[in-house]
Amino acid sequence: MKISIASGKGGTGKTTLATNLAYLLSQKYTVILADLDVEEPNSAFFIKGKEVQQKKVFKMIPEWDKEKCVLCGNCQRVCKFNAVIKLWEEVLVFNQLCHSCYACSELCPQNALPMKSYEVGKITEFEQNNLHFVEGKLNVGEEQAVPLIKETIDFVEHNFSSDILRIFDAPPGTSCPVIEATKYADYIILITEPTPFGLHDLKLAVEVMREMKKNFSVVINRYGIGNDDAIQYCEDEKIPLLGTIPNMKKAAEAYAKGELLSKALPEIRNAIESVIEKLRTLEVLL
Amino acid sequence: MKEIVVISGKGGTGKTSITAAFAMIAGKNAVIADCDVDAADMHLLLKPDFAKSEDFYSGFKAEIDQELCTKCGKCKQVCRFDAVQKIDDSYNIINLDCEGCGYCAEICPAKTIQMVEQNVGKWYISKIKSEAQMVHAKLGIGADNSGKLVAKVKKEAKNIAQESRKDFILVDGSPGIGCPVVSSLSGADYVILVTEPTLSGFHDMKRVFELIQNFKLPAGCIINKYDVNENISEKIIEFCNNNSIDHIVNIPYDETFTAAMTDGKTIIEFEDNTLKKILEDSWKKTIKLTGQH
Repeated sequence: MKISIASGKGGTGKTTLATNLAYLLSQKYTVILADLDVEEPNSAFFIKGKEVQQKKVFKMIPEWDKEKCVLCGNCQRVCKFNAVIKLWEEVLVFNQLCHSCYACSELCPQNALPMKSYEVGKITEFEQNNLHFVEGKLNVGEEQAVPLIKETIDFVEHNFSSDILRIFDAPPGTSCPVIEATKYADYIILITEPTPFGLHDLKLAVEVMREMKKNFSVVINRYGIGNDDAIQYCEDEKIPLLGTIPNMKKAAEAYAKGELLSKALPEIRNAIESVIEKLRTLEVLL
Repeated sequence: MKEIVVISGKGGTGKTSITAAFAMIAGKNAVIADCDVDAADMHLLLKPDFAKSEDFYSGFKAEIDQELCTKCGKCKQVCRFDAVQKIDDSYNIINLDCEGCGYCAEICPAKTIQMVEQNVGKWYISKIKSEAQMVHAKLGIGADNSGKLVAKVKKEAKNIAQESRKDFILVDGSPGIGCPVVSSLSGADYVILVTEPTLSGFHDMKRVFELIQNFKLPAGCIINKYDVNENISEKIIEFCNNNSIDHIVNIPYDETFTAAMTDGKTIIEFEDNTLKKILEDSWKKTIKLTGQH
């Protein structure tokens, strides 16, 4: 089973839910938590395991061979991403813009653009008892999160048996990184806060999940602030509400220090436990 | 004219609430641009009238003409994104996986593949409740090319600001460090980092600051909810001092932000509150700081 935690709006508690779910479930059986918010991964603050391995992640980009190039400009013509530009006397490659499609390289009549690997980020695996934690982290300056998200998921698939539960901490938003972090999941939990911003972005996230024909449900974090519009929305749309996590300044303070909320605050632990119960009732978890 | 971009690294630090408050304080003197195009929220507070809207086309998807296809399978061979699937006897493009690179179209011997430009969203020019103009957008569901849509929003905002001789463009950016953020930084004059004193907030702010340094842009920092952990707040201030980031202000943890939002208002329009003065002073200070760089 693969469960992705996504949100639409940032800062609604994706990491909080993902890390606490993973931690509580790992008290009973083996769980893998993968941080797929590769631009700004934060799960590592809350899961302090021992480092098992680290792997650099590369993407393939063309490298200009000045000797072979006859400056025909075919590379620039075929590149749809403006990543290869032919100037008067040279060819420039913009690494960040390259999507690694190989068109410029393989269609170069002179073989003057061989592909070489280029580091875009790192994947690190940690272990804490029954909890395996895998983090993807994009190098600053890299613009494309999607290839690293894909690599991080592949890493999990290759290193762990497929019968182990996987929890993915997805990035915020509704565009390509979110699609990548949720498309392989069997089930999605959308977490929001009961405010107009939270509700607006929840609706966007619901649209994405429906477009992808995913099974999903909702958790409301910081329950007590704002209003009940998000609950009403879930009722109207017949979206299962897994539970609510109470709004507490103490939770913000514990989160600030990197404390796992289910260890620090019994109220939060109870809330997450009842989310787990509900997931069992829905037969998402055994 | 100065372009001020507000970003945060981490989501949910209060970026949009603060930018919207600044927009109301700046009034008609600023053009507002919402560049958080894949989860745009600022319109919920500023109430734009969506006066002008236009479709936005960017990027391509391959389309195979099944009538003319000779089923040679070359498209499937060259595609690095597994976007060509053979179903029964025919080759089909999986839209969600197609990156639009055009390699298949380029090499198709029968020339049966067309690259079709995609409608990935809409952008708008509106008048908001302060009478100022706002450029904003909505990215289509699951669309990529958010960076290009950000660039479009910024360009339109700049045109308006130049034509109507405004002093400021105020840009609300998106979380993260990826393409939409990079796109929102290009052409900026000053960056405001809105952070919170949590280990995550500080970590994410440092990463996004590293990105800002690539652009050699001057930056200032607003610490929201500073009293949630004064220890980390002090560390953030120290980081700012060591890296020539202006420390603009500390804002206390205050649920009035949420109350105002729930009322569809910025903190500036909301009933008597202490945040209003803090934000007014912060905007004044920001204007002064942008003039110094």
